[in-house]
Amino acid sequence: MPEQVLPVALTVNGAAHRVQVPSRRLLSDCLRHDLRLTGTHVGCEHGVCGACTVLLDGVPVRSCLVLAASADGAEVTTVEGLGTEEALSPEQQAFRECHALQCGFCTPGFLTTVRAYLDDHPDPTEEEAREAVAGNLCRCTGYQGIVRAVLRAAEIRREREVAP
Amino acid sequence: MTTRMFGAPVQRREDARLLTGGGRYLDDLGHDALAAAFVRSPHAHARVLDVDVTDALDVEGLVAVYTWEDLPERVRDPLPLLIPHPSLVAPRTGYALARGEVNHVGEPVVMVVATDRYVAEDVAERIAVTYEVLPPVVGVAAAREAVHLVHEEAAGNVGAHLVQGYGDAGAAIDAAPHVLELDLDVERSACVPLEGKGVYAVWDTDEQSLRLWSSTQTTTGVRAAVAAKLGLPLAKVECTAPDVGGGFGVKIMHPWPEEVLVPWAARLLERPVKWTEDRREHFVSSAHERQQLQHVRVGFDDEGRVLGLDVRLWHDHGAYIPYGVIVPINSSTQLLGPYKPGAYRVEFWSLYTNTVIVTPYRGAGRPQGVFAMERTMDAIADHLGLDRADVRAANFIQPEEMPYDFGLTFQDGRPLVYDSGDFPASLRKLKDLVGWDGFEEQRARARAEGRRVGIALACYVEGTGPGPYEGGHVHVETSGRVNVSTGLTSQGQGHQTILAQIVADELGVPFEDVHVTTGDTRRFGYSVGTFASRGAVMSGSAVALAARRVRAKALRIAGDALEADPGDLEVVDGVVRVKGNPGASMPLGTVAVLSNPLRYAFDDTARAATQFAAGGRGPDEPPVAPGEEPGLEGRDYHSPLRSTFANGMHAAVVETDPETAEIRVLRYCVVHDCGTMVNPMIVEGQILGGVAQGVGGALYERMHYDESGQLLNASFMDFLMPYATEVPPVETDHLETPSPLNPLGIKGAGEAGVIPAAALFASAIEDAEGFRISRMPISPSELFHLRERFAAGEVPALRRGGPAGAAPATPATPATPAPSDEGA
Ligand code: FES
Ligand code: FES
Repeated sequence: MPEQVLPVALTVNGAAHRVQVPSRRLLSDCLRHDLRLTGTHVGCEHGVCGACTVLLDGVPVRSCLVLAASADGAEVTTVEGLGTEEALSPEQQAFRECHALQCGFCTPGFLTTVRAYLDDHPDPTEEEAREAVAGNLCRCTGYQGIVRAVLRAAEIRREREVAP
Repeated sequence: MTTRMFGAPVQRREDARLLTGGGRYLDDLGHDALAAAFVRSPHAHARVLDVDVTDALDVEGLVAVYTWEDLPERVRDPLPLLIPHPSLVAPRTGYALARGEVNHVGEPVVMVVATDRYVAEDVAERIAVTYEVLPPVVGVAAAREAVHLVHEEAAGNVGAHLVQGYGDAGAAIDAAPHVLELDLDVERSACVPLEGKGVYAVWDTDEQSLRLWSSTQTTTGVRAAVAAKLGLPLAKVECTAPDVGGGFGVKIMHPWPEEVLVPWAARLLERPVKWTEDRREHFVSSAHERQQLQHVRVGFDDEGRVLGLDVRLWHDHGAYIPYGVIVPINSSTQLLGPYKPGAYRVEFWSLYTNTVIVTPYRGAGRPQGVFAMERTMDAIADHLGLDRADVRAANFIQPEEMPYDFGLTFQDGRPLVYDSGDFPASLRKLKDLVGWDGFEEQRARARAEGRRVGIALACYVEGTGPGPYEGGHVHVETSGRVNVSTGLTSQGQGHQTILAQIVADELGVPFEDVHVTTGDTRRFGYSVGTFASRGAVMSGSAVALAARRVRAKALRIAGDALEADPGDLEVVDGVVRVKGNPGASMPLGTVAVLSNPLRYAFDDTARAATQFAAGGRGPDEPPVAPGEEPGLEGRDYHSPLRSTFANGMHAAVVETDPETAEIRVLRYCVVHDCGTMVNPMIVEGQILGGVAQGVGGALYERMHYDESGQLLNASFMDFLMPYATEVPPVETDHLETPSPLNPLGIKGAGEAGVIPAAALFASAIEDAEGFRISRMPISPSELFHLRERFAAGEVPALRRGGPAGAAPATPATPATPAPSDEGA
């Protein structure tokens, strides 16, 4: 039996996309393999590691637990939409400064998570920063740099507001 | 003067790319490739009677289905025994696809190739395999009992057996004033990198050649193995490791079945094929480590000095033994740590079980060895009523005894000789850092508040940077860009940064001009791989030597051109100049132009090197001087005499909840000595990451097999890897005793953080609770049950006692000085 294929319209990092996807296709696979935005990583495909986190209409979601078809009409922000090599976002710059990544596989999921968190909580304490990233797994860093990076990102956001 | 890069906490070159989604990991490649999926055994031990694909054949998108019978010569042969060793008595390796028998859950039986992974899994699901289930051997204790055998030809389930030692340990123990025996038990865990394994292969029909990408720790190894399996000339196979999402050892094992089958299918089908391991596959088909049963017999004097030590290890190596005995050899040799027992005997049995194979996981057998030794040190201290740190100090090898030769053979086949280290100094630093001497007051205060706290320290020595060699190539382009390549791979350690730091200094060029490639056989074909904390030691040294060659050549050429003695020249910021006369100078890029006489002018720089340009060599000289090669480049190798030994000591303070038995880490302190540090930020990152894995391994992670050999927790929902909330802040201090065995004085740092953690937490929890801990990891519920057994008098108390109110119902001071408990 041929698979059911559905048309899906997505806005990803500001760009409009129309794709035809099988109804069972995961959003993570659609982003990675249909749109070729491979910054979103897949570490478990069962919603635990957080590597696949993207912002769906501004809210962090695990894209491995979302069907592409159900994201029809949504605005998606992936790590590619946060900043560029030439103009790192505050989160990205903070992660670099604080050595908050080694292999970088978990990093996109942390960055999108931190972006959404700081939008709502611009001035976290260290304890809050730790909680903010406590739903994402990293096997390399031991998290110390990541927690520091959350605090540093908050600081950079403030610095950039003052001196844009 | 150029700023010195070596030793500076330089930000990483890799990061901008990785932070913006620009990383290229295995599954980011080959979007249009066919996808492979595998039918894997659901049984731990079974005969494969029949494979029925009838139901699968009409799935749209199916391309091919293969079983062992379909495989050609060589591909169908057993996978290689990678590291042969005389101790292997019954070495068995698996097949790329099961040949009539499966020996662990997850073993590949059928390969499916389809248009995408979804379809491939649909097909796999419809393939019916009939098995005749055989009795499984699960766990090292069952393997040792050998009621059932994994392989008929491996009597007693023994795959390897080795005895090493020096002196007469038995006699020394018998003659010692005090004797203790301990039974110890360490469970299975695994590397669990966040990215699983993966292979992508493209067969070029025009060139009859294979391009291969693997998420591996050794591309030269995979390349050679695949060429051999496919019967291809090495020159027709190239292998690249793209960005790799963590390795920690599991990706040094090769060739995995998929690394053979995916390229084989790509060539047969003349289509690109890719396989990306999913998380469940990683749990049930990639390697694990750690499980051992241990028996220690130790004789010591009144100061706690070990006079004789006899250790027996039963090591679980899983269903096959392709990686040989590296792990138990590490356990049995690195067990000695910073100590010098008067006499030593160690015997290990490496045993088959019907579970996933065992190959090195960060630390590679050292955590278990350290567990045995450090538990012994603690037991001695408790027996004599001495301070645990003092007993360790009494056994230390002293700095003036370096190099220290044990008269044993290490895992690299070379003598076990410590090259450097100052253990008393490290211990002093650690005691200061954690506040060892003031802890009793803290304990008393906590006790007054009804809280239980414990403190511990644990020491390790780690052989790092084993040979046989690594190489480096450095090439200066006419633009001044410097290309560096080395064969070993990266899994996030920051090699592109540290190797650039080293070359920038050696060559005298700006850091930004240096570009490093690792793990690509097209760029560097000779290498061993990334494991055993050898990246910086081996490739760092190799690229330094290569850069020195390039520098010497640059000075020769520039000396000719500037009419100066090379000895009077220096290279600063990418410019060769006469010392004290900065006017007489030329950029290294120009030296590169001069180094390569040209016939054709492609651009302005090239024009300066053509045959009619001024300043060439005289009419009586050949354009390329005898003994020289065109181009400003150089290659060199570092092949050390033997491993260099890093060391460290960790301390922890824990609190155990008197009601719930929850275990909280209050402090974690690390003092480490990895020689000179290329980049302290990166070294610290390695230590912190290792500690996190150590905490996970001691308190949370285990591979939970049931008696039928099913892995019950094969997902991130059930295998508890620590999150940010579980890893304590780590305080670090370090000592730098340079290694004399390489040109930079480096010792490895990659595994250090993980090694002593299980021993450390066992000791700290024991200290908080007042009774013996002999099995790790430990969960709150296990601690809770231990308390109950302690209260029932089944677990011996520490002589030094424990928290008020925690004494056993019946005093359990052992009649014989043998604090062995619930182990084997
Ligand atoms: S891949 Fe989605 S949470 Fe792990
Ligand atoms: S940096 Fe490797 S998993 Fe986080």
